[in-house]
Amino acid sequence: MRDVAIVGAGTTKFGELWNDSLRDIGIQAGFAAIQDAKIESHDIDALYVGNMAAGRYIAQEHVAALITDYSGLSSRHISATRVEAACASGGVALHNAYLAVASGMYDTVVVGGAEKMTDATDAENTEILAASADAQWETFFGATFPALFAMMARAHMQEHGTTREQMAQVAVKNHAHGALNPNAQFQKEIDLDTVLNAGMVADPLGVFDCSPISDGGSALVLMPLEKALSHTKRPVIIRGSTIATDTLGLHARPKLTSMAATKVAGQRALTQAKKTIADIHLAELHDCFTIAELIALEDLGFVKAGEAGAAVAEGRFHLKGGQMPVNTSGGLKARGHPCGATGIAQVVEAVFQLQGRAGARQVKGATTALTHNVGGSGATVTVHVLEAT
Amino acid sequence: MVQTEGIRYWRDMRARYNLIGRRCGKCSRVYFPARSICLDCHRHSIGKMDPYKLQGRGTVSTFTIVHDGDPRFGVQVPYILALIQMEEGPRMTAQLVDIDPPQVTIGMRVHTVFRKIGTVHTEGVIHYGYKFAPDSMPHLRA
Repeated sequence: MRDVAIVGAGTTKFGELWNDSLRDIGIQAGFAAIQDAKIESHDIDALYVGNMAAGRYIAQEHVAALITDYSGLSSRHISATRVEAACASGGVALHNAYLAVASGMYDTVVVGGAEKMTDATDAENTEILAASADAQWETFFGATFPALFAMMARAHMQEHGTTREQMAQVAVKNHAHGALNPNAQFQKEIDLDTVLNAGMVADPLGVFDCSPISDGGSALVLMPLEKALSHTKRPVIIRGSTIATDTLGLHARPKLTSMAATKVAGQRALTQAKKTIADIHLAELHDCFTIAELIALEDLGFVKAGEAGAAVAEGRFHLKGGQMPVNTSGGLKARGHPCGATGIAQVVEAVFQLQGRAGARQVKGATTALTHNVGGSGATVTVHVLEAT
Repeated sequence: MVQTEGIRYWRDMRARYNLIGRRCGKCSRVYFPARSICLDCHRHSIGKMDPYKLQGRGTVSTFTIVHDGDPRFGVQVPYILALIQMEEGPRMTAQLVDIDPPQVTIGMRVHTVFRKIGTVHTEGVIHYGYKFAPDSMPHLRA
Protein backbone atom coordinates (compact mmCIF):
# COMPACT_ATOMS: atom_id res chain seq x y z
CA MET A 1 0.00 0.00 0.00
CA ARG A 2 1.29 3.45 -0.95
CA ASP A 3 1.02 6.55 1.24
CA VAL A 4 -1.78 8.73 -0.08
CA ALA A 5 -1.77 12.53 0.01
CA ILE A 6 -4.36 15.22 -0.59
CA VAL A 7 -2.97 17.78 -3.04
CA GLY A 8 -6.07 19.87 -3.65
CA ALA A 9 -9.23 20.81 -1.79
CA GLY A 10 -12.21 22.93 -2.70
CA THR A 11 -15.79 23.58 -1.80
CA THR A 12 -18.84 25.54 -2.86
CA LYS A 13 -20.63 27.79 -0.45
CA PHE A 14 -23.20 25.77 1.52
CA GLY A 15 -26.81 26.86 1.89
CA GLU A 16 -29.77 27.33 -0.36
CA LEU A 17 -28.03 27.63 -3.74
CA TRP A 18 -31.13 28.65 -5.64
CA ASN A 19 -29.44 29.20 -9.01
CA ASP A 20 -27.32 26.04 -9.00
CA SER A 21 -28.37 22.51 -9.95
CA LEU A 22 -26.70 19.35 -8.63
CA ARG A 23 -24.44 19.21 -11.68
CA ASP A 24 -23.46 22.89 -11.20
CA ILE A 25 -22.62 22.24 -7.54
CA GLY A 26 -20.64 19.07 -8.27
CA ILE A 27 -18.64 20.71 -11.05
CA GLN A 28 -17.91 23.88 -9.05
CA ALA A 29 -16.56 21.82 -6.15
CA GLY A 30 -14.48 19.57 -8.40
CA PHE A 31 -13.12 22.52 -10.35
CA ALA A 32 -12.09 24.29 -7.14
CA ALA A 33 -10.17 21.18 -6.00
CA ILE A 34 -8.55 20.66 -9.41
CA GLN A 35 -7.42 24.30 -9.57
CA ASP A 36 -6.08 24.01 -6.03
CA ALA A 37 -4.12 20.89 -7.02
CA LYS A 38 -2.82 22.50 -10.21
CA ILE A 39 -3.63 19.43 -12.29
CA GLU A 40 -5.02 19.17 -15.82
CA SER A 41 -8.08 17.19 -16.78
CA HIS A 42 -5.88 14.68 -18.63
CA ASP A 43 -4.15 13.87 -15.32
CA ILE A 44 -7.33 12.47 -13.80
CA ASP A 45 -7.61 8.67 -13.68
CA ALA A 46 -10.83 8.28 -11.70
CA LEU A 47 -13.68 10.11 -10.02
CA TYR A 48 -15.62 9.10 -6.90
CA VAL A 49 -18.81 10.96 -6.00
CA GLY A 50 -20.58 10.74 -2.65
CA ASN A 51 -24.29 11.38 -3.09
CA MET A 52 -27.11 10.19 -0.88
CA ALA A 53 -30.38 10.59 -2.72
CA ALA A 54 -30.29 12.45 -6.04
CA GLY A 55 -32.82 9.97 -7.39
CA ARG A 56 -35.36 11.12 -4.85
CA TYR A 57 -34.33 14.78 -4.53
CA ILE A 58 -34.09 15.66 -8.20
CA ALA A 59 -35.13 12.43 -9.98
CA GLN A 60 -31.58 12.01 -11.28
CA GLU A 61 -29.63 8.77 -10.88
CA HIS A 62 -26.33 7.91 -12.60
CA VAL A 63 -24.70 10.85 -10.88
CA ALA A 64 -21.06 9.82 -11.37
CA ALA A 65 -21.45 9.72 -15.14
CA LEU A 66 -23.36 13.01 -15.04
CA ILE A 67 -20.62 14.84 -13.15
CA THR A 68 -17.88 13.26 -15.28
CA ASP A 69 -19.66 14.24 -18.48
CA TYR A 70 -20.34 17.86 -17.51
CA SER A 71 -16.79 18.17 -16.18
CA GLY A 72 -15.67 17.63 -19.76
CA LEU A 73 -14.16 14.22 -19.06
CA SER A 74 -16.48 12.01 -21.12
CA SER A 75 -14.06 11.88 -24.05
CA ARG A 76 -11.39 10.46 -21.74
CA HIS A 77 -13.69 7.66 -20.56
CA ILE A 78 -12.33 7.74 -17.01
CA SER A 79 -13.50 5.47 -14.23
CA ALA A 80 -16.36 7.09 -12.31
CA THR A 81 -18.19 5.69 -9.28
CA ARG A 82 -21.08 6.99 -7.20
CA VAL A 83 -21.02 6.01 -3.54
CA GLU A 84 -24.07 5.96 -1.27
CA ALA A 85 -24.04 5.43 2.47
CA ALA A 86 -26.70 7.89 3.65
CA CYS A 87 -25.06 10.90 5.33
CA ALA A 88 -21.71 9.05 5.31
CA SER A 89 -21.68 8.93 1.48
CA GLY A 90 -18.83 11.47 1.32
CA GLY A 91 -16.64 9.69 3.86
CA VAL A 92 -17.20 6.31 2.23
CA ALA A 93 -16.41 7.82 -1.19
CA LEU A 94 -13.13 9.15 0.24
CA HIS A 95 -12.23 5.75 1.70
CA ASN A 96 -12.77 4.15 -1.71
CA ALA A 97 -10.74 6.84 -3.48
CA TYR A 98 -8.00 6.36 -0.87
CA LEU A 99 -7.93 2.60 -1.54
CA ALA A 100 -7.76 3.20 -5.28
CA VAL A 101 -4.61 5.33 -4.91
CA ALA A 102 -3.05 3.33 -2.07
CA SER A 103 -3.39 0.10 -4.03
CA GLY A 104 -1.51 1.51 -7.02
CA MET A 105 -4.51 1.18 -9.33
CA TYR A 106 -4.81 4.93 -9.96
CA ASP A 107 -2.40 7.85 -9.52
CA THR A 108 -4.69 10.86 -9.61
CA VAL A 109 -8.19 10.61 -8.23
CA VAL A 110 -10.79 13.31 -7.71
CA VAL A 111 -13.24 12.52 -4.90
CA GLY A 112 -16.20 14.75 -4.25
CA GLY A 113 -19.54 14.85 -2.59
CA ALA A 114 -22.63 16.82 -3.52
CA GLU A 115 -26.28 17.05 -2.57
CA LYS A 116 -29.11 19.26 -3.79
CA MET A 117 -31.71 19.18 -0.99
CA THR A 118 -33.56 22.50 -1.15
CA ASP A 119 -35.56 21.69 -4.28
CA ALA A 120 -37.61 19.38 -2.04
CA THR A 121 -40.08 20.66 0.58
CA ASP A 122 -39.45 20.25 4.30
CA ALA A 123 -41.94 17.37 4.42
CA GLU A 124 -40.28 15.65 1.46
CA ASN A 125 -36.89 16.12 3.13
CA THR A 126 -38.14 14.48 6.33
CA GLU A 127 -39.36 11.51 4.33
CA ILE A 128 -36.26 11.23 2.11
CA LEU A 129 -33.90 11.45 5.08
CA ALA A 130 -35.96 8.92 7.05
CA ALA A 131 -35.28 6.38 4.29
CA SER A 132 -31.75 6.03 5.73
CA ALA A 133 -33.28 4.29 8.75
CA ASP A 134 -34.91 0.85 8.48
CA ALA A 135 -37.86 1.73 6.22
CA GLN A 136 -39.96 -1.28 7.22
CA TRP A 137 -39.34 -1.44 10.95
CA GLU A 138 -38.44 2.13 12.02
CA THR A 139 -39.68 4.67 9.47
CA PHE A 140 -42.97 2.80 8.92
CA PHE A 141 -43.88 3.30 12.58
CA GLY A 142 -43.13 7.04 12.60
CA ALA A 143 -39.37 7.29 13.11
CA THR A 144 -37.74 10.41 11.68
CA PHE A 145 -34.06 11.26 12.02
CA PRO A 146 -34.63 13.91 14.67
CA ALA A 147 -36.76 11.32 16.53
CA LEU A 148 -34.02 8.66 16.48
CA PHE A 149 -31.39 11.09 17.76
CA ALA A 150 -33.88 12.50 20.29
CA MET A 151 -34.30 8.99 21.70
CA MET A 152 -30.50 8.71 21.99
CA ALA A 153 -30.46 12.13 23.67
CA ARG A 154 -33.10 11.14 26.24
CA ALA A 155 -31.26 7.89 26.99
CA HIS A 156 -28.02 9.89 27.41
CA MET A 157 -29.74 12.35 29.74
CA GLN A 158 -31.11 9.43 31.79
CA GLU A 159 -27.84 7.49 31.95
CA HIS A 160 -25.34 10.33 32.33
CA GLY A 161 -27.31 13.35 33.54
CA THR A 162 -26.60 15.25 30.33
CA THR A 163 -28.75 18.40 30.14
CA ARG A 164 -30.53 20.27 27.35
CA GLU A 165 -28.28 23.25 28.17
CA GLN A 166 -25.15 21.16 27.60
CA MET A 167 -26.47 19.94 24.26
CA ALA A 168 -27.41 23.51 23.33
CA GLN A 169 -23.81 24.60 23.99
CA VAL A 170 -22.76 22.48 20.99
CA ALA A 171 -25.00 24.60 18.74
CA VAL A 172 -23.75 27.85 20.30
CA LYS A 173 -20.11 26.79 19.78
CA ASN A 174 -20.59 25.62 16.22
CA HIS A 175 -22.49 28.75 15.23
CA ALA A 176 -19.64 30.83 16.71
CA HIS A 177 -17.24 28.89 14.48
CA GLY A 178 -19.52 29.13 11.45
CA ALA A 179 -19.58 32.91 11.85
CA LEU A 180 -15.89 32.82 10.85
CA ASN A 181 -16.40 30.59 7.79
CA PRO A 182 -17.28 32.48 4.58
CA ASN A 183 -18.62 29.26 3.02
CA ALA A 184 -20.92 28.36 5.93
CA GLN A 185 -24.69 28.31 5.57
CA PHE A 186 -25.14 30.20 8.86
CA GLN A 187 -22.49 32.84 9.51
CA LYS A 188 -24.18 34.14 12.62
CA GLU A 189 -23.53 33.63 16.31
CA ILE A 190 -26.44 32.53 18.46
CA ASP A 191 -26.90 32.52 22.23
CA LEU A 192 -28.00 29.75 24.56
CA ASP A 193 -31.55 31.08 24.93
CA THR A 194 -32.06 30.99 21.17
CA VAL A 195 -31.35 27.26 21.19
CA LEU A 196 -33.36 26.52 24.34
CA ASN A 197 -36.41 28.56 23.31
CA ALA A 198 -36.62 27.24 19.75
CA GLY A 199 -39.62 25.14 18.78
CA MET A 200 -39.39 21.40 19.41
CA VAL A 201 -38.72 19.06 16.49
CA ALA A 202 -38.48 15.83 18.46
CA ASP A 203 -38.37 16.39 22.20
CA PRO A 204 -35.74 17.01 23.69
CA LEU A 205 -34.29 18.31 20.39
CA GLY A 206 -35.41 21.71 19.17
CA VAL A 207 -34.89 23.39 15.80
CA PHE A 208 -31.47 24.73 16.84
CA ASP A 209 -30.33 21.25 17.93
CA CYS A 210 -30.70 20.11 14.30
CA SER A 211 -28.45 20.62 11.29
CA PRO A 212 -30.16 22.33 8.35
CA ILE A 213 -31.30 21.23 4.90
CA SER A 214 -28.55 22.36 2.55
CA ASP A 215 -27.17 22.41 -0.96
CA GLY A 216 -23.45 22.13 -1.45
CA GLY A 217 -20.49 20.26 -2.83
CA SER A 218 -16.89 19.66 -1.78
CA ALA A 219 -13.98 17.89 -3.47
CA LEU A 220 -10.43 16.68 -2.97
CA VAL A 221 -7.62 15.54 -5.27
CA LEU A 222 -5.62 12.50 -4.10
CA MET A 223 -2.22 11.29 -5.27
CA PRO A 224 0.46 8.94 -4.03
CA LEU A 225 2.69 10.88 -1.63
CA GLU A 226 5.78 10.49 -3.84
CA LYS A 227 4.04 12.40 -6.64
CA ALA A 228 2.29 14.91 -4.41
CA LEU A 229 5.27 17.14 -3.76
CA SER A 230 5.44 18.13 -7.41
CA HIS A 231 1.95 19.67 -7.06
CA THR A 232 2.00 21.31 -3.67
CA LYS A 233 4.56 22.24 -1.05
CA ARG A 234 2.19 21.15 1.69
CA PRO A 235 0.42 17.92 0.85
CA VAL A 236 -1.76 16.51 3.63
CA ILE A 237 -1.22 12.80 4.21
CA ILE A 238 -4.13 10.46 4.86
CA ARG A 239 -2.70 8.44 7.76
CA GLY A 240 -5.86 6.58 8.62
CA SER A 241 -9.02 5.83 6.63
CA THR A 242 -11.66 3.48 7.98
CA ILE A 243 -15.30 2.49 7.68
CA ALA A 244 -17.18 0.60 10.39
CA THR A 245 -20.78 -0.60 10.31
CA ASP A 246 -23.49 -1.58 12.78
CA THR A 247 -27.14 -2.67 12.75
CA LEU A 248 -29.28 -0.50 10.46
CA GLY A 249 -31.92 0.00 13.12
CA LEU A 250 -31.20 1.88 16.33
CA HIS A 251 -33.47 -0.51 18.25
CA ALA A 252 -31.22 -3.50 17.52
CA ARG A 253 -28.14 -2.02 19.23
CA PRO A 254 -27.29 -3.01 22.80
CA LYS A 255 -26.35 0.57 23.73
CA LEU A 256 -28.40 3.68 22.88
CA THR A 257 -25.99 6.24 24.35
CA SER A 258 -22.98 5.33 22.23
CA MET A 259 -22.22 4.34 18.62
CA ALA A 260 -20.16 1.16 18.46
CA ALA A 261 -19.28 1.90 14.83
CA THR A 262 -17.70 5.22 15.88
CA LYS A 263 -15.62 3.45 18.53
CA VAL A 264 -14.41 0.82 16.07
CA ALA A 265 -13.78 3.20 13.15
CA GLY A 266 -11.92 5.58 15.46
CA GLN A 267 -9.73 2.90 17.04
CA ARG A 268 -8.89 1.34 13.67
CA ALA A 269 -8.03 4.72 12.13
CA LEU A 270 -5.77 5.71 15.02
CA THR A 271 -4.06 2.30 14.96
CA GLN A 272 -3.53 2.59 11.21
CA ALA A 273 -2.14 6.12 11.68
CA LYS A 274 0.06 5.01 14.62
CA LYS A 275 -1.45 7.82 16.70
CA THR A 276 -3.37 8.15 19.93
CA ILE A 277 -6.35 10.43 20.51
CA ALA A 278 -4.03 12.78 22.42
CA ASP A 279 -2.12 13.43 19.17
CA ILE A 280 -5.17 15.01 17.51
CA HIS A 281 -5.09 18.82 17.33
CA LEU A 282 -8.52 19.44 15.84
CA ALA A 283 -11.51 17.40 14.76
CA GLU A 284 -14.51 17.73 12.49
CA LEU A 285 -17.22 15.56 14.06
CA HIS A 286 -20.64 14.60 12.69
CA ASP A 287 -22.96 16.96 14.60
CA CYS A 288 -26.14 16.27 12.63
CA PHE A 289 -27.82 16.91 15.99
CA THR A 290 -26.21 18.44 19.06
CA ILE A 291 -26.34 15.12 20.95
CA ALA A 292 -24.42 13.48 18.11
CA GLU A 293 -21.34 15.63 18.76
CA LEU A 294 -21.42 14.75 22.47
CA ILE A 295 -21.69 11.02 21.72
CA ALA A 296 -18.89 11.26 19.12
CA LEU A 297 -16.57 13.03 21.59
CA GLU A 298 -17.12 10.18 24.05
CA ASP A 299 -16.92 7.31 21.57
CA LEU A 300 -13.72 8.60 19.96
CA GLY A 301 -12.12 8.92 23.40
CA PHE A 302 -11.69 12.70 23.61
CA VAL A 303 -13.60 12.46 26.92
CA LYS A 304 -14.93 9.59 29.04
CA ALA A 305 -18.50 8.35 28.58
CA GLY A 306 -20.94 10.84 30.06
CA GLU A 307 -18.47 13.73 30.30
CA ALA A 308 -18.87 15.40 26.90
CA GLY A 309 -21.73 17.69 27.90
CA ALA A 310 -19.80 19.26 30.75
CA ALA A 311 -16.60 19.44 28.67
CA VAL A 312 -18.30 21.32 25.83
CA ALA A 313 -19.97 23.68 28.30
CA GLU A 314 -16.54 24.38 29.85
CA GLY A 315 -15.26 25.43 26.43
CA ARG A 316 -12.73 22.63 25.94
CA PHE A 317 -13.63 22.23 22.26
CA HIS A 318 -14.03 25.89 21.32
CA LEU A 319 -11.79 27.54 18.75
CA LYS A 320 -11.18 30.39 21.18
CA GLY A 321 -9.53 29.14 24.35
CA GLY A 322 -10.27 25.44 23.81
CA GLN A 323 -7.70 22.66 24.08
CA MET A 324 -8.81 20.76 20.97
CA PRO A 325 -11.16 22.70 18.69
CA VAL A 326 -14.06 20.68 17.29
CA ASN A 327 -15.94 21.70 14.15
CA THR A 328 -13.99 24.85 13.36
CA SER A 329 -15.90 24.94 10.05
CA GLY A 330 -19.16 25.39 11.96
CA GLY A 331 -19.89 21.69 11.71
CA LEU A 332 -22.99 20.27 10.12
CA LYS A 333 -24.97 22.62 12.37
CA ALA A 334 -23.68 25.93 10.98
CA ARG A 335 -21.59 25.08 7.90
CA GLY A 336 -24.57 23.12 6.60
CA HIS A 337 -25.26 19.47 5.85
CA PRO A 338 -25.74 18.62 2.17
CA CYS A 339 -25.62 14.89 2.98
CA GLY A 340 -23.37 13.54 0.25
CA ALA A 341 -20.94 16.45 0.59
CA THR A 342 -20.50 16.44 4.36
CA GLY A 343 -17.81 13.74 4.69
CA ILE A 344 -15.68 15.54 2.10
CA ALA A 345 -16.39 19.03 3.47
CA GLN A 346 -15.05 17.91 6.86
CA VAL A 347 -11.77 16.86 5.23
CA VAL A 348 -11.58 20.08 3.18
CA GLU A 349 -11.73 22.02 6.47
CA ALA A 350 -9.04 19.79 8.00
CA VAL A 351 -6.81 20.27 4.93
CA PHE A 352 -7.18 24.07 5.08
CA GLN A 353 -6.33 23.97 8.79
CA LEU A 354 -3.29 21.71 8.35
CA GLN A 355 -2.01 23.87 5.48
CA GLY A 356 -2.44 27.05 7.53
CA ARG A 357 -5.06 28.58 5.25
CA ALA A 358 -8.13 28.52 7.47
CA GLY A 359 -8.16 32.32 7.86
CA ALA A 360 -9.97 33.57 10.96
CA ARG A 361 -10.61 29.96 12.02
CA GLN A 362 -6.94 28.94 11.95
CA VAL A 363 -5.85 26.61 14.76
CA LYS A 364 -2.22 27.62 15.35
CA GLY A 365 0.37 24.87 14.97
CA ALA A 366 -2.11 22.14 14.07
CA THR A 367 -0.43 19.18 12.38
CA THR A 368 -2.87 16.30 12.97
CA ALA A 369 -6.63 16.26 12.44
CA LEU A 370 -9.45 13.72 12.66
CA THR A 371 -12.73 13.68 10.73
CA HIS A 372 -15.80 11.62 11.66
CA ASN A 373 -18.78 11.06 9.35
CA VAL A 374 -21.93 9.13 10.31
CA GLY A 375 -24.55 7.50 8.10
CA GLY A 376 -28.03 6.96 9.48
CA SER A 377 -28.28 6.64 13.25
CA GLY A 378 -24.82 5.05 13.33
CA ALA A 379 -25.04 2.10 10.91
CA THR A 380 -22.08 3.47 8.91
CA VAL A 381 -19.22 5.52 10.36
CA THR A 382 -16.05 6.68 8.64
CA VAL A 383 -13.01 8.17 10.35
CA HIS A 384 -10.03 9.80 8.67
CA VAL A 385 -6.77 10.81 10.35
CA LEU A 386 -4.87 13.49 8.45
CA GLU A 387 -1.36 14.82 8.95
CA ALA A 388 0.45 17.87 7.64
CA THR A 389 3.84 17.47 5.98
CA MET B 1 -44.44 11.66 -3.91
CA VAL B 2 -44.01 8.03 -4.82
CA GLN B 3 -41.39 7.07 -2.26
CA THR B 4 -43.16 5.10 0.44
CA GLU B 5 -45.69 3.70 -1.99
CA GLY B 6 -42.89 1.73 -3.58
CA ILE B 7 -42.48 -0.39 -0.46
CA ARG B 8 -44.78 -3.39 -0.33
CA TYR B 9 -45.65 -3.28 3.34
CA TRP B 10 -48.19 -6.07 2.98
CA ARG B 11 -45.31 -8.57 2.82
CA ASP B 12 -44.73 -7.95 6.54
CA MET B 13 -48.41 -8.05 7.46
CA ARG B 14 -48.41 -11.45 9.16
CA ALA B 15 -45.35 -10.69 11.25
CA ARG B 16 -46.57 -7.18 12.05
CA TYR B 17 -50.12 -8.21 13.03
CA ASN B 18 -49.05 -11.23 15.09
CA LEU B 19 -45.64 -10.13 16.42
CA ILE B 20 -43.90 -13.06 14.79
CA GLY B 21 -40.13 -12.87 14.94
CA ARG B 22 -37.55 -15.65 14.94
CA ARG B 23 -35.66 -17.58 17.57
CA CYS B 24 -32.19 -19.00 16.97
CA GLY B 25 -32.34 -22.77 17.34
CA LYS B 26 -28.72 -22.81 18.49
CA CYS B 27 -28.55 -20.09 21.18
CA SER B 28 -32.27 -19.31 21.71
CA ARG B 29 -31.80 -15.56 21.12
CA VAL B 30 -35.08 -14.03 19.96
CA TYR B 31 -35.29 -11.51 17.13
CA PHE B 32 -37.97 -9.06 16.10
CA PRO B 33 -38.17 -8.17 13.24
CA ALA B 34 -37.30 -11.58 11.86
CA ARG B 35 -33.74 -12.35 10.82
CA SER B 36 -32.63 -15.39 8.87
CA ILE B 37 -29.15 -15.37 10.45
CA CYS B 38 -28.38 -15.04 14.18
CA LEU B 39 -26.08 -12.12 15.06
CA ASP B 40 -24.19 -14.37 17.51
CA CYS B 41 -24.21 -17.80 15.82
CA HIS B 42 -23.83 -16.65 12.20
CA ARG B 43 -23.67 -19.58 9.75
CA HIS B 44 -24.37 -22.11 12.50
CA SER B 45 -27.87 -20.63 12.78
CA ILE B 46 -28.79 -20.96 9.11
CA GLY B 47 -31.92 -23.06 8.75
CA LYS B 48 -32.48 -23.00 12.51
CA MET B 49 -34.18 -19.60 12.84
CA ASP B 50 -37.68 -20.70 13.76
CA PRO B 51 -40.76 -18.45 13.86
CA TYR B 52 -41.38 -17.17 17.37
CA LYS B 53 -44.37 -15.20 18.58
CA LEU B 54 -43.78 -12.39 21.05
CA GLN B 55 -46.28 -11.86 23.87
CA GLY B 56 -46.30 -8.09 23.33
CA ARG B 57 -45.10 -7.00 26.78
CA GLY B 58 -42.14 -4.77 27.53
CA THR B 59 -40.77 -1.59 29.07
CA VAL B 60 -39.92 1.82 27.59
CA SER B 61 -36.14 2.11 26.94
CA THR B 62 -36.33 5.68 25.65
CA PHE B 63 -38.84 7.92 23.89
CA THR B 64 -39.40 11.21 22.11
CA ILE B 65 -42.36 13.41 21.31
CA VAL B 66 -42.31 14.02 17.56
CA HIS B 67 -43.56 17.53 16.74
CA ASP B 68 -42.30 17.68 13.17
CA GLY B 69 -43.21 14.33 11.66
CA ASP B 70 -43.16 12.38 8.49
CA PRO B 71 -46.03 13.66 6.29
CA ARG B 72 -47.73 10.26 6.59
CA PHE B 73 -48.34 10.98 10.28
CA GLY B 74 -49.63 14.54 9.79
CA VAL B 75 -52.87 14.33 11.75
CA GLN B 76 -51.23 12.37 14.58
CA VAL B 77 -48.55 15.01 15.32
CA PRO B 78 -47.41 15.41 18.03
CA TYR B 79 -46.99 11.69 18.65
CA ILE B 80 -44.85 9.70 21.06
CA LEU B 81 -42.26 7.40 19.52
CA ALA B 82 -40.44 4.93 21.75
CA LEU B 83 -38.02 2.04 21.82
CA ILE B 84 -39.59 -0.83 23.75
CA GLN B 85 -37.49 -3.49 25.46
CA MET B 86 -39.55 -6.66 24.99
CA GLU B 87 -39.60 -9.37 27.67
CA GLU B 88 -38.27 -11.92 25.18
CA GLY B 89 -35.14 -9.82 24.42
CA PRO B 90 -35.56 -7.75 21.26
CA ARG B 91 -36.19 -4.01 21.22
CA MET B 92 -38.90 -2.52 18.98
CA THR B 93 -39.59 0.94 17.53
CA ALA B 94 -43.24 1.97 17.89
CA GLN B 95 -45.61 4.73 18.94
CA LEU B 96 -47.06 5.01 22.44
CA VAL B 97 -50.78 5.70 22.69
CA ASP B 98 -53.47 6.11 25.37
CA ILE B 99 -51.11 8.26 27.43
CA ASP B 100 -50.23 11.96 27.53
CA PRO B 101 -46.57 12.85 26.83
CA PRO B 102 -45.84 14.18 30.35
CA GLN B 103 -46.88 10.82 31.84
CA VAL B 104 -44.32 8.79 29.85
CA THR B 105 -41.28 7.59 31.80
CA ILE B 106 -38.31 5.43 30.93
CA GLY B 107 -38.86 1.98 32.43
CA MET B 108 -42.68 2.08 32.39
CA ARG B 109 -44.43 -1.15 31.49
CA VAL B 110 -46.33 -1.24 28.20
CA HIS B 111 -48.11 -3.74 25.97
CA THR B 112 -49.00 -3.88 22.28
CA VAL B 113 -52.32 -2.69 20.88
CA PHE B 114 -53.47 -3.17 17.29
CA ARG B 115 -53.86 0.18 15.55
CA LYS B 116 -53.88 2.02 12.26
CA ILE B 117 -50.32 3.14 11.49
CA GLY B 118 -50.75 5.27 8.38
CA THR B 119 -52.12 5.51 4.86
CA VAL B 120 -50.49 5.35 1.45
CA HIS B 121 -50.72 8.84 -0.04
CA THR B 122 -52.62 8.56 -3.28
CA GLU B 123 -54.49 5.29 -2.95
CA GLY B 124 -55.60 5.76 0.63
CA VAL B 125 -54.74 2.17 1.59
CA ILE B 126 -54.58 1.90 5.37
CA HIS B 127 -51.64 0.15 7.03
CA TYR B 128 -52.24 -1.49 10.38
CA GLY B 129 -49.78 -2.67 12.97
CA TYR B 130 -48.73 -2.42 16.61
CA LYS B 131 -48.50 0.51 18.95
CA PHE B 132 -47.92 0.30 22.70
CA ALA B 133 -50.15 1.39 25.57
CA PRO B 134 -49.29 1.61 29.29
CA ASP B 135 -50.12 -1.40 31.48
CA SER B 136 -51.50 0.96 34.13
CA MET B 137 -54.64 1.42 31.99
CA PRO B 138 -55.71 -2.22 31.52
CA HIS B 139 -59.24 -1.31 30.36
CA LEU B 140 -57.70 -0.09 27.12
CA ARG B 141 -55.95 -3.40 26.50
CA ALA B 142 -56.63 -4.59 22.96
